[in-house]
Amino acid sequence: MTALVEGTTRYLRDSLIWYGGLGLLAIQVVRNLALPPHYFALVARQIDIIGVRSTAVALTAALFTGMVLALQTAVNMARFGAEGYVGPVVALSILRELGPVLTAILVGGKVASGITAELGSMKVTEQIDALRALGVNYIKRLIVPRLMAALLVFPLVTVLADFVGLVGGMVVSVFDRDVDPYLYWNTIAYWVVIRDFLTGLFKSIVFGFLVTLIGCYNGLVTEGGTEGLGRATTDTVVEVAMAVIISDFFLTKLLIILFW
Amino acid sequence: MAAPIVEVNEVWKAFDDKPVLRGISLSLERGITLAVMGGSGSGKTVLLRTIDGLIAPDAGEVWLLGTRIDGLREEQLLPVRRRAGYVFQYAALFDSMTVFENVAFPLREHRRLSEGEITDRVHHFLRLVGLSDIDEVLPGQLSGGMRKRVGIARALVVEPEVVFFDEPTAGLDPTNARLVAELINELKKGVCDTSIVVTHDIELADGVADRMAILYQGRFAEVGTPAEIHRSSNRVVRDFLAGELREG
Repeated sequence: MTALVEGTTRYLRDSLIWYGGLGLLAIQVVRNLALPPHYFALVARQIDIIGVRSTAVALTAALFTGMVLALQTAVNMARFGAEGYVGPVVALSILRELGPVLTAILVGGKVASGITAELGSMKVTEQIDALRALGVNYIKRLIVPRLMAALLVFPLVTVLADFVGLVGGMVVSVFDRDVDPYLYWNTIAYWVVIRDFLTGLFKSIVFGFLVTLIGCYNGLVTEGGTEGLGRATTDTVVEVAMAVIISDFFLTKLLIILFW
Repeated sequence: MAAPIVEVNEVWKAFDDKPVLRGISLSLERGITLAVMGGSGSGKTVLLRTIDGLIAPDAGEVWLLGTRIDGLREEQLLPVRRRAGYVFQYAALFDSMTVFENVAFPLREHRRLSEGEITDRVHHFLRLVGLSDIDEVLPGQLSGGMRKRVGIARALVVEPEVVFFDEPTAGLDPTNARLVAELINELKKGVCDTSIVVTHDIELADGVADRMAILYQGRFAEVGTPAEIHRSSNRVVRDFLAGELREG
């Protein structure tokens, strides 16, 4: 019983420290944003690392998600004779939920764990302390470029993933379920409004900020040598997925209150 | 009288309720090399990091180069740190950068110099620490002694007003240890005449220090010139010099 209480107390304390640390890092980032110097070259490099090298993963997932979604929807909607509405169902699901969420989990998991590994390795080998000792603002040099890049890349990759997902849905609808391609796109154009697309885009920006912040924070607080580094990287993958899924609910609720 | 380069007043620092520094005080004047000695876990590195603002003290005052730094935010500390050099125990070189890029790094960050000037300066400081023709080598390909010397070159390239050495001879063979000691003495004559050397190496301290301080249980057991320390009747000092001092 005592062990249970102690374990719970430790868990709650650690969680509190983690959330607090994440919040403080976010504040530090905002405070440092306007300060010189501006590492534009580092932002460009991070765009390449986060965006270009992650796009294939996100688009492959989006393609097959669109296809499986169309398949499931078409089969079940055929029961009501509503197979022609596969397009809007696929589009609404992808634009509002699956596009941003899957991109954030896949790209986010890959990117954030990479960031944790890189920053964690710098932390355990005292390279971050070396930056500080040399009078370099490590938040500005290490964290801000990654967050700036993520804020730009996540929505862009999400837009691409949305489009590829819709194409995947169309391929299945047309070739497997004999839905007319004009009907597929026309029903999408009729039922889907710009708001559906924009709310998904907004989510992707929030997810991008969140997952990158988690990756950075876990890297900066890495302790315990290579073993600690491995643990931090694994934790990041899990925490990123949880953060995206949980925040998605609250974001959806907020957006529905605000815009519907 | 000029203000001290470093002044520490009644500084306390604990980790997880375990006190490491217990009301420690010290003053370092310009032109002095102070060797801070003590056994493993005596708090030498914590003291050095506190002086450079890398660790915030729990209580007490820390003055570095005329600025009170305890309680300053990270971005407020940066201008003061740029005037001080810090040589890490394991060099802490940026492992994705070559030797040249490591040494050039502080210049590119803080100075507006042409590439030619940066190259000249980097080569000058690499030669000063006895290294040449290793511009394109990555830190992972260097020996421990070479890595340490590159770390020293990186700390010195901006010509700091004070240098902090954290265990500069730890893990080095006697030849490399002697080279580092000679280098510290060489620097006193030219690049930077004020430094704090944290070490458990008595031979190094004897070779470079103008003053010595023995750290024991988070406080200085004794501070004095090397001769005074060697003559001391303080039991802690005697035990340390005899290699019989145990922390805790």
